[in-house]
Amino acid sequence: MRVRGLHYSVSQRPIFAGVDLDIERGSVTAVMGPSGTGKTTLLRLITGQLMADRGLVEVEGQDVAGLRRDGIYRMRRRMGMLFQNGALLTDLDVYENVAFPLREHTRLPERLLRHVVLAKLQAVGLRGACRLMPAELSGGMARRVAIARAIVTDPQLLIYDEPFVGLDPISLGIVLRLIRLLNDTLGLTSIVVSHDVHDLSAFADFSYLLSGGLVIAAGPPSALATDTREEVRQFMHGLPDGPVPFHYPAPDYLEQLRQLR
Amino acid sequence: MLASLSRELLHNLRTALQALGAYTFFFMRLLKEVPRALLRFSLIVEQVHNAGALSLVIIMLSGLFVGMVLGLQGFDLLERFGSEESLGSAAALGLLKELGPVVTALLFAGRAGTALASELGLMRATDQLAAMEMMAVDPVRRVVMPRFLGGVLSMPLLAAIFSMIGIFGAQLVGVQLMGVDTGQFWSQMRSAVEFGDVLEGVVKSCVFGVACSLIAVYEGYHSVPTAEGVGRATTRTVVISSVVVLLLDYMLTAAML
Repeated sequence: MRVRGLHYSVSQRPIFAGVDLDIERGSVTAVMGPSGTGKTTLLRLITGQLMADRGLVEVEGQDVAGLRRDGIYRMRRRMGMLFQNGALLTDLDVYENVAFPLREHTRLPERLLRHVVLAKLQAVGLRGACRLMPAELSGGMARRVAIARAIVTDPQLLIYDEPFVGLDPISLGIVLRLIRLLNDTLGLTSIVVSHDVHDLSAFADFSYLLSGGLVIAAGPPSALATDTREEVRQFMHGLPDGPVPFHYPAPDYLEQLRQLR
Repeated sequence: MLASLSRELLHNLRTALQALGAYTFFFMRLLKEVPRALLRFSLIVEQVHNAGALSLVIIMLSGLFVGMVLGLQGFDLLERFGSEESLGSAAALGLLKELGPVVTALLFAGRAGTALASELGLMRATDQLAAMEMMAVDPVRRVVMPRFLGGVLSMPLLAAIFSMIGIFGAQLVGVQLMGVDTGQFWSQMRSAVEFGDVLEGVVKSCVFGVACSLIAVYEGYHSVPTAEGVGRATTRTVVISSVVVLLLDYMLTAAML
């Protein structure tokens, strides 16, 4: 998958101003960046939910912008995506949530479908929870069910949008391990979007750091951790002030206080 | 002052026309999906249960009370002209042609319409619709269509039940309480009510069913994915549905007189 010269803006506010990146087959690639840099927007552009103003987004040699609706749907059948909150269908139980893509796209006999669904639930350790409703699951469990649903159609590319948000250390460890394990055993390509530097550094093969609408650093996480450029250092080491200022742009404080009087 | 007023008027008119255009496109898209949706009838049956069966209690209770009030008011009015035996036909015609379809549609908008809009709005706010898109499943085909058709099928059935219970309520008050002769009540009704009157009610309830269901699924599907956005979509569903039902009622009544 490759992105070249990606430009995208919302209401004339530029989000991306020439982003280039490559995702290697079989790797786990981390896309990091401060909040509001457009990490989720990048995923939406890759999956064809949004269309770029300019530039190339190529998935398996296909230009996403050149695809029609059914072409995009065909492409998405080879992808799986994990949303921040899991996005499980709340009126279906765990089993039916995982079975959902298979019921929609295939005509598998019920017995075979059951085997596939239970195998995927076993892989994420939740076979025993198959009759629970989404409301009965913890955040970590919901995300694992969403992973099972994402891999049930055996996709080639798995995309994770902020998979670690709000997880306790045990759930976080499980999700981290699952991402690596599934990627290696199923021969997937994974893109993980997050701002969780330490967790991503531990298991990603390659990482990109986005800021100000551009890729400001790219390389293995260990290389980014030792990068001396100020904007990279601020993000990687969590410094409160730097190129990304602590204060939101505002008029002079004293002047504003005087005006209030 | 006048210039700003006319500018605002023009702006509102343009917004209204844009909304009408968006509604039309959405309706066309739904119509295109009807044959495919009918192939998965079990999904529609589920929604007939949600929109229709779960609205039964409120429809039946309202029908009973509306019928009882009609019995009281009708008796009071007809007694002044010495023709209280016509109560049966007056109540039946009022319910079948007018009150049945209109009140059912208003109640449907308040009960099932809001449920549909908020359900779809919440599905959007919690990324469930986006997740479907990412699974290459068209949410309009899988989620919106069954709900739309479920509403369309439910409305005439609910209106028929409303009218039936309403007539029973009018009979209860008119015959049991006010002393109108039972035979007169039913025979007057049978001679006065024609097939065309029943048809008028059926046509109205079908049209209202399409309108209310369309408004509910459109507002829910296009709601802003926030708590405030879902709330606004729900409110808009009730307000727009009520106004549209009354407007359509006038137009249909004028056309079928």
